[in-house]
Amino acid sequence: MMKNRSLSFWLFLTPTLVALALVVFIPVLEGLFYSFTNWDGLTYTKMVGFQNYIQLFHDKAFINAFWFTVGFVIVTVILLNVIGLGLALLVTQKFKGSNFLRTVFFMPNMIGGLILGFIWQFIFTQGFSALGNALHMSWLQNWLTNETTGFWGLVIVTVWQMAGYIMIIYIAYLQNIPNEVIEAAEIDGASAWQRFTKITFPMIAPAFTVCMFLTLSNGFKIYDQNLSLTNGGPYHSTQMLAMDIVNTAYNSSNFALSEAKAMIFFVIVAAISLLQVLYNRKREVDL
Amino acid sequence: MSKKSKSVLGIFGILLGIIWLFPFYLIVTNSFKTPKGIFASVLSLPVHSTTDNYVNSFKALDFMASLTHSLIITVAAVLIIILGAAMGAYALQRNKSKLSGGLLLLFISAMLIPFQSVMIPLTANFGSVHFLNMWGLVIMYLGFQSSLSIFLYQGTLSSIPLAMDEAAEMEGASRWQIFYKVIFPMLSPMTVTVAILNIIAIWNDYLLPSLVLPQTQYTIPLQMFNFFGQYTKQWHLALAGITISILPVIIFYLIAQKWIIKGVTDGAVK
Repeated sequence: MMKNRSLSFWLFLTPTLVALALVVFIPVLEGLFYSFTNWDGLTYTKMVGFQNYIQLFHDKAFINAFWFTVGFVIVTVILLNVIGLGLALLVTQKFKGSNFLRTVFFMPNMIGGLILGFIWQFIFTQGFSALGNALHMSWLQNWLTNETTGFWGLVIVTVWQMAGYIMIIYIAYLQNIPNEVIEAAEIDGASAWQRFTKITFPMIAPAFTVCMFLTLSNGFKIYDQNLSLTNGGPYHSTQMLAMDIVNTAYNSSNFALSEAKAMIFFVIVAAISLLQVLYNRKREVDL
Repeated sequence: MSKKSKSVLGIFGILLGIIWLFPFYLIVTNSFKTPKGIFASVLSLPVHSTTDNYVNSFKALDFMASLTHSLIITVAAVLIIILGAAMGAYALQRNKSKLSGGLLLLFISAMLIPFQSVMIPLTANFGSVHFLNMWGLVIMYLGFQSSLSIFLYQGTLSSIPLAMDEAAEMEGASRWQIFYKVIFPMLSPMTVTVAILNIIAIWNDYLLPSLVLPQTQYTIPLQMFNFFGQYTKQWHLALAGITISILPVIIFYLIAQKWIIKGVTDGAVK
């Protein structure tokens, strides 16, 4: 046991506590403070109260980024969970090559969002138009040149990247279902669909919560893919929240406004995570 | 399941796998084409294949330098995170007071704060003490990544009985010796998980290093971003550059696959 006042307790914690304070807690408090000033990145001359916060609600780019991000998150959360679970069910069927498929589906997750965005920029602009010519499908032309194709482009990249990750989590829970339960149901004459809805699905409910949370908070925080795939264009129409905050600071040099936006962003992301924790607590109590 | 439905599933799976890998196929095949070849046909195999693209983009990317920077930063940061987080988690887990509970909560709550909320003051502070470089970046990674790592170590530590510490103490070991010689080796399975999760996150990180590193210390993602800006519309070079820069990750993945899958599962499920 280590006592609160023992030197070793504090020495063991020093590296991480100091780094955490320097890197997270001090800057976030400074940022909060600056969001109430007219800070220009170096100095500030006066306190401005809630002016930055009022301004951000009239900031078209921010509002547009907010709704774009919300739409993106709704679509990707649904697609990632459906496809991720589908892939997990597929590769746990133990046919020849199922292990190899697992490797394939997870592979995009190893590559960073920045490079993935570049890869897909080529596919959407060059590959899709070649495919469109070959198949005479005009909707495959001119991807990433408007908001709609930019939106679906980002969705496709994110699904391709993260579906394998979500699959891995579902697999972990699927493997915890005892085989006997499934076999017993099979003997009792339950159809494959009944086995899935009555046994498999309820038993992987916790996985659903974990994946829901992961896809939700990741979706809100996406930046790299946004930067390399569309760079927010055309005309900021595909700019997501994280990118709007970064650009407000480093392109428009409006540092105080950027901090205010970042604090609102913090509240959104934290609220999602806390809801998740509360929901889990409640369910554990119910059990 | 019947044999027939298994083979149907198998065929469906293989088709899906091919679709999944198709982006890689397009990138790699087109990276061997001349600009004319790409223009003529994106979907076909290269007719007059060339390796010039690789020679040129390897130089333009200054690949050996950026690979070295990526390696130094990732290895240094991951080693420090492993040691720091294991020590921190050990102290917190072997102290059952309200204080240690509060500190753990502090670490976990830090995970809620998005990077954008700290980015400007953080870089301003580090800049004012001339720490906007590799080593400043390594310290930043310790701050950002230690929360999850401490959380993961904490779970494993609770399954190591206190009797282990006490036995070592009876033999006259100091606190550091107990940790380093007895406890830390027992944490190795979790250390692999912590290492994997941090390697993936740090190796691929773009935004933070782009704000911190001087151009002489650019990592692979930063160099790729620069390179792409210079060679837009020169897809033959860009694609060769992409292929070179994802190669180390793919090799690492194929070698360490088993641990990677386990690490990712542990990180998400625990």
